[in-house]
Amino acid sequence: MCLAIPGQILELIPGPPLLALVDVTGVRRKVDLGLLEDENPVPGDWVLIHVGFAMSKISEEGAHQQMQMLRMLGEDAAAMEEVSGYGSAP
Amino acid sequence: MATITVPPKIRFRDVQVEMAHGAGGKASRRLVEGLFAPLLFEAGASEPLGDAAHLDFNGTRIGITTDSIVVRPLRFPGGSIGELAVNGTVNDLAVSGARAEALVVSFVLEAGLPTPVLEAEVRAMADAARNAGVIIASGDTKVVEHGNADGMYITTAGIGRAIPGLKLSPRSVRPGDQVLLSGPIGDHGITILLARGDLDLESDLRSDTRPVLPFVEALVEVAAPGLRWMRDPTRGGLATSLNELARDCGLGIVLHEDWIPVRDAVRGACELLGLDPLHIANEGQFVAVVAPEFAELALDALQRTSGGEDAAVIGEVRETPAATVLGIAPYGGTRIIDMLVGDPLPRIC
Amino acid sequence: MKYVDEFRDPAAISQTAAEIRRIADPHRHYRLMEVCGGHTHAIYRFGLKDLLPDNVELVHGPGCPVCVLPMGRIDDGLAIAAQPNVIFTAFGDMMRVPGANGSPLEHKARGMDVRIVYSPADALKLAESNPEKHVLFFAIGFETTAPSTALTLLRARDKRVHNFSIFCNHVTIIPAIRAILDSPDMRIDAFLGPGHVSTVIGCRPYTWIAANEHKPIAVSGFEPLDLLQSIVMALRQLNAGRAEVENQYQRVVPWDGNHAALRAMAQVFELRPYFEWRGLGFISQSALRIKDEFAEWDAESRFQVPGVRVTDPKAAQCGEVLKGVLKPAQCKLFGKECTPEHPIGALMVSSEGSCAAYFNYEYRKSAELVGIGA
Repeated sequence: MCLAIPGQILELIPGPPLLALVDVTGVRRKVDLGLLEDENPVPGDWVLIHVGFAMSKISEEGAHQQMQMLRMLGEDAAAMEEVSGYGSAP
Repeated sequence: MATITVPPKIRFRDVQVEMAHGAGGKASRRLVEGLFAPLLFEAGASEPLGDAAHLDFNGTRIGITTDSIVVRPLRFPGGSIGELAVNGTVNDLAVSGARAEALVVSFVLEAGLPTPVLEAEVRAMADAARNAGVIIASGDTKVVEHGNADGMYITTAGIGRAIPGLKLSPRSVRPGDQVLLSGPIGDHGITILLARGDLDLESDLRSDTRPVLPFVEALVEVAAPGLRWMRDPTRGGLATSLNELARDCGLGIVLHEDWIPVRDAVRGACELLGLDPLHIANEGQFVAVVAPEFAELALDALQRTSGGEDAAVIGEVRETPAATVLGIAPYGGTRIIDMLVGDPLPRIC
Repeated sequence: MKYVDEFRDPAAISQTAAEIRRIADPHRHYRLMEVCGGHTHAIYRFGLKDLLPDNVELVHGPGCPVCVLPMGRIDDGLAIAAQPNVIFTAFGDMMRVPGANGSPLEHKARGMDVRIVYSPADALKLAESNPEKHVLFFAIGFETTAPSTALTLLRARDKRVHNFSIFCNHVTIIPAIRAILDSPDMRIDAFLGPGHVSTVIGCRPYTWIAANEHKPIAVSGFEPLDLLQSIVMALRQLNAGRAEVENQYQRVVPWDGNHAALRAMAQVFELRPYFEWRGLGFISQSALRIKDEFAEWDAESRFQVPGVRVTDPKAAQCGEVLKGVLKPAQCKLFGKECTPEHPIGALMVSSEGSCAAYFNYEYRKSAELVGIGA
């Protein structure tokens, strides 16, 4: 139930049903966009693909925020290390 | 020196033959070691079973091997059954340390096979033989009823003189030895999977079928004294070949996962289908274990051979984990890399 | 690969693992359950357990739709496919799962027309190109996959394809989590929520876990960084005594879920009053059936289904492993009678089943590297 992979929409294939040609690093497949009918996907969009259907649009912003959170984690960790260097071990 | 794990006597208890028995993985091993070996092969053979056998004829060592090609579709991007039939046998001999000189070929043809299809394969075989520097000395043909043989099956057997000075054996392998791979894995198997058309995937991938003898020659030229073992990872993939080595030498093979070359499209297909490139068949690659003092020379020689630009060191041999292949991610996470039971199947979970 | 490689970045992974080691209270033992079988597979495949301190324990949950499918349902599906001119189609995951008389692949070896499909849409296409045959699609999966089955049925209707039917075994995740929490021998501190199921159902359905059961839940993605970050979130909550639903997988999971997907499911499916889950027994309102108005495409309406019930061998402890009460290696049959080569339970056949994942990726490693018996 869980294998879903990001792919990029190369072109839309008008329907019904609305399909898209999606690329996953050089492998291409027609993907059904029926589950994204509320979201108006366009070529260039990144979508999450599961069993030949697009489940969700991938949010660039969401990904950025996540990497931001992780970077802050890194800074926290670095800061902690710096502090721990002055006193007792964590 | 590692304790060589002697596997318990394998008995073939399966009630019938299944597809898994031909996939190159654990089920295949059970069939070969549990049924064929005890009844057919030289009793008390001192060397573990390899793909090719070396026989001594009054001081001349000759390598001999056979290969059956069963593939659907018969033609695919990058090659066809005829090419596979020639290259497969040439490669089995090459990685056993022998130069293929002559092949014999056996056709099993399906009644109704259109002549142009057959002719195209015969031409492909002739071209491949010329390219590989071998002659096709003789052949046999049988025809079976329509509905059998998927069009055609081709079996080749090949012989050639052993390259002098090589002592290739799992028993030659030592901790510290380096594992070299000739190029990206997974191209052939994924190309075939896509070419069948059942998954509705397309890509620009091509089969990597080619003779690997030029690469073996390049290695032999600079690293012969340090060349321990070679294998061409066909069905079952790199994971299967290395597991066979690990079991036969009793040592651990540690692979650095990010050092293993894989093309983007192979990766994409594998991620999409839930497959592991390590289990996918290759038809133009080989893996070699080389003593550490020769590793750099060996890699260099491979990379300077045309078609070997992507060759890489992918891992090393260690004492532990015994008889096991272990994968290490760059961040330190580890996993056992095992053989599959049968063919890799796409999954959705 | 974009949106994949960033979340496999070694430096970021090391940093996040360091953070876990930093915040894990050495006086506590944390038990986190990853619900989804895909997470179990990812944890082993990426070797994530190596990065965790000993007091952070990952317990494998029942979110493996193949694992929880009772054997009898496979036999039922194969019984339909045994009729003349029927093509049995299913995902690859199903192909080696043993029924009472063998797996789908074994039936194929005996002459049944069995085909692997990547998508239910491909099964429908097969029906369109084989008008003289009937194509049966054996549908499995949680809410991640159910909407695709629903849409495919609607497409079949719109295209007037009648030689196609679906044998529906879709199950829902919340009852499975409830069964875990209701289990008396259960002690889970927090959950890593199923990221891809959540792309459909969103995060709201988990609020009762936090509010009523006081267990934190971090809805997690599937890359190493996702899982590690979710563990950080869970530990932080536990350390602070909080219990909330957090969406770690926000790049893909909408808090409110996917309305189009939920609409499609509501249009085509309704809840079965109860359904048998292998290892967990009968659970009410936990599985989907196709609504009567779509009976045309419901294999259970079009065909006589034997309704076989097959009990697992008594020695097989699939249920306890599914609930996380036992580790795979603690099942008496693990590694002996039950291996990937001759699996007894579905947990050993399905590549995301905890027994298979443990056997393939971890088991010999522990014995060799750590030096203790399993």
